[in-house]
Amino acid sequence: MTRSIPSTSLSIALTGSGGAGVMTAGQTLLDAAASCGFYGLMTRSTGPQIRGGEAAAMIRLSSKPVQSPGDRFDILLALDFENIQRFAAELPLDSASLIVADSAAGEMPGFLKDSGAAVGLVPMAKLAKGVPGGRVSMIALGVLARLLGLPESAIVAAVAASIGRKKPEALAASEKAVLIGAEAAPQVSVAKLAQPSAPSQRRWSITGNEATGFGALKGGVKFVGGYPITPATEILEWMAHALPQCGGVLMQAEDELASINMIIGASYGGAPSLTATAGPGLSLMIESLGLAVAAEIPLVVVDVMRSGPSTGIATKSEQSDLNIAVYGLHGDAPHVVTAPLSVADCLVTAQWSVHLAESLQTPVIMLSDQSLGQARVVIDRPDDVVFPTKRLVPEGPVDGYERYVLTESGVSPMAVPGFAGGQHTADGLTHNARGAPSSQASDHVGQLDKRQRKLDAFDFGERWAEIDGEGELAVLTWGSSSEPLREAIAEARACGVKVKRIALRLIAPAQPARLAAALAGVKRVLVVEQSHAGQFWRYLRANYDLPADVVPIRCPGPLPIRPGEAFAHIQEGARA
Amino acid sequence: MNMIPAAEKAFKPADYKSTVKPVWCPGCGDHSVLLAFQRALAELALPPEEVAVVSGIGCSSRIPAYTNCYGFHGVHGRSLALASGLKVARPDLTVLVASGDGDGFSIGGNHFLHACRRNIDLTYVVMDNRIYGMTKGQPSPTTEPDWDTAIAPGGTGLSPFHPLVIALASGANFIARGFSGDVGGCARLIVEAIKTPGFSFVQILSPCVTFRKDQQKAWKTLVHEAIVPETDDPARAARRLMTDDGFNVGVLYRGKRQPYQPKPLASFAPSHLESEFAV
Repeated sequence: MTRSIPSTSLSIALTGSGGAGVMTAGQTLLDAAASCGFYGLMTRSTGPQIRGGEAAAMIRLSSKPVQSPGDRFDILLALDFENIQRFAAELPLDSASLIVADSAAGEMPGFLKDSGAAVGLVPMAKLAKGVPGGRVSMIALGVLARLLGLPESAIVAAVAASIGRKKPEALAASEKAVLIGAEAAPQVSVAKLAQPSAPSQRRWSITGNEATGFGALKGGVKFVGGYPITPATEILEWMAHALPQCGGVLMQAEDELASINMIIGASYGGAPSLTATAGPGLSLMIESLGLAVAAEIPLVVVDVMRSGPSTGIATKSEQSDLNIAVYGLHGDAPHVVTAPLSVADCLVTAQWSVHLAESLQTPVIMLSDQSLGQARVVIDRPDDVVFPTKRLVPEGPVDGYERYVLTESGVSPMAVPGFAGGQHTADGLTHNARGAPSSQASDHVGQLDKRQRKLDAFDFGERWAEIDGEGELAVLTWGSSSEPLREAIAEARACGVKVKRIALRLIAPAQPARLAAALAGVKRVLVVEQSHAGQFWRYLRANYDLPADVVPIRCPGPLPIRPGEAFAHIQEGARA
Repeated sequence: MNMIPAAEKAFKPADYKSTVKPVWCPGCGDHSVLLAFQRALAELALPPEEVAVVSGIGCSSRIPAYTNCYGFHGVHGRSLALASGLKVARPDLTVLVASGDGDGFSIGGNHFLHACRRNIDLTYVVMDNRIYGMTKGQPSPTTEPDWDTAIAPGGTGLSPFHPLVIALASGANFIARGFSGDVGGCARLIVEAIKTPGFSFVQILSPCVTFRKDQQKAWKTLVHEAIVPETDDPARAARRLMTDDGFNVGVLYRGKRQPYQPKPLASFAPSHLESEFAV
């Protein structure tokens, strides 16, 4: 079995010192390619510095939908070599790659020389100086446009859309720089992108964090409380501008202890509520998440995971908050944990998370991560999804209202302030059906049963996982690892390997009957995740009956799981 | 305060009382604070379903369940944050927050600063007994330095925290002190606190009869009506609070800050925003 290298995509890395405009240039390139009909993905890698550190925009363009990073880079364009060695592990290059560097950048670092890639030197900084108001990043975009076969006019149009036509001088300087850069592009043959067919439907350019915000809004969120934290802040920033246009408000809290409690209060007041954070913030919220479980308050906490523990690497991804999300709460505290399967999937998973929280009157933790949240994709416009989201509330006049009445579904009508006769005290203390504090065993067990029943009795539907293919070999994965696996599996199938793909969107509560059905006939399971400790694998072992032959594939962050690496594991797994 | 109905309906203090029996010790000052809550709400004729009482953890924080209002008994120290979210999401409600000196000034100290700074239209009543009662007698931020306890033998040696000064410095719009021995006086302060827009802070000296047996008798003789009238001048209020003996009761400061209340701008459907993403 040999791997067919997909010829439909090209990967480009654009690196430079922080503040040099690398990220903006990367997005401009993506926008320009999108306007020409390409799909694409841009991930970001930065050091911890605000400015003056290192930055890499990593772009993959394709004539087919693509949401996973590729295996290697076709082109590396380095504005300078300062700190570029810090990206060595993140920039796989080979003899088919092309490195474009500035002629004045000095000695090329060893890892670049050793890659065997062809080198094209362009005096980018010097050329930029020759254009009044010209920027080196615009020269670089001109170089890339020519190498990729994108029309320079597309780059100029993307710059115009981004800086606005109100600054004609800046735009004229950019246009000139782009054209000069294009003319100065190295005369080497790079695989050009196949021209895509004209889009049959509308396309979006959206980041995972924006998609999360938009999905939450579509889910009906009306209140957001949040505290800034990398890499989740963009959700809050997007919501801060979007929410007030749709009848809601956002409040910046003094810390995560406050933000979780603000949304508990707002949700108690009847407003579907959400906060967004990362691991350190989630750690602070845990006690109050237990309160939301006990008091049965619907809310969504989006955790955009980053490498941990502790402060870890704030700017880089890892799927290592699964344990805290599932097990972090003290006491027996059933709640819901979801995970988007791709950048685009952040939209529907956020919307679904709001639906689950409101329907079940319980907190939902959505585990996104940096590789999804801060990545931008160009995708076909997602289909609209409608959930029958409705919080169960008492109807009509009530007599002897009991907030936590034991029901068959476990869900009890939740009166919101203003509703006469529905007064009760929501409480983290063990309480009786009325909500009054109780330390009696019967009340404790009755309410534990009720809260567990809410999750056990609920039909999570087909959305709990994405499953396709048949075979005695299955790949079981979750969250952001799903897209590279999807690509690797497609290639493996093209090579004749029968492999089943199961990607879990619902982490908790576990769905043993559903997974058992999905694993019928499967003899070997590869469990793939981005966690050093194998948190997902251990979670599966604890909660599911798996075939005896389970191969854990534990990839620590922050390096992304690449399709080629996943393909190799599948190839190995397919051997008897 | 929002919800004074046009046609005023008569309410009695008992209309705000629930059937749940308080866990407080007989003689605890918090019983009187509960009565003061009920009288104040009746005086303002606020329908119980339009009032929310939010609290954290501790003896005083048990109060929501003893009222017939909507209530939230949350986690330790976070009541102000929870109440802030509730009030911003539901500006139509009257939101009261109940706390104690441990819940409010120690574990919840940061939220206290930011609630004052934000100046959301909340009424914050802290029942201060200078001790952790529910955990059976540990020093709180307002405990005297030489108060002997098992956890701090011989006393903490630390100066007490001055919550009123901190409230003023942090931007609270209304600052008052009451004594639970005077239910009518406390009720009047709570009425004023609710009526004054923005963040209103009422410290109620509420003796602990179990772990601070000295308090009740001593405080009865120490408290006195503030001899200077209330002021809206923060500089005057600062001087006065800094030289305060801790037993002046009454309204000590009433400012003119506008409350914080973020508002939606429009009510478009989310699809209105889709064009942001269109290529």
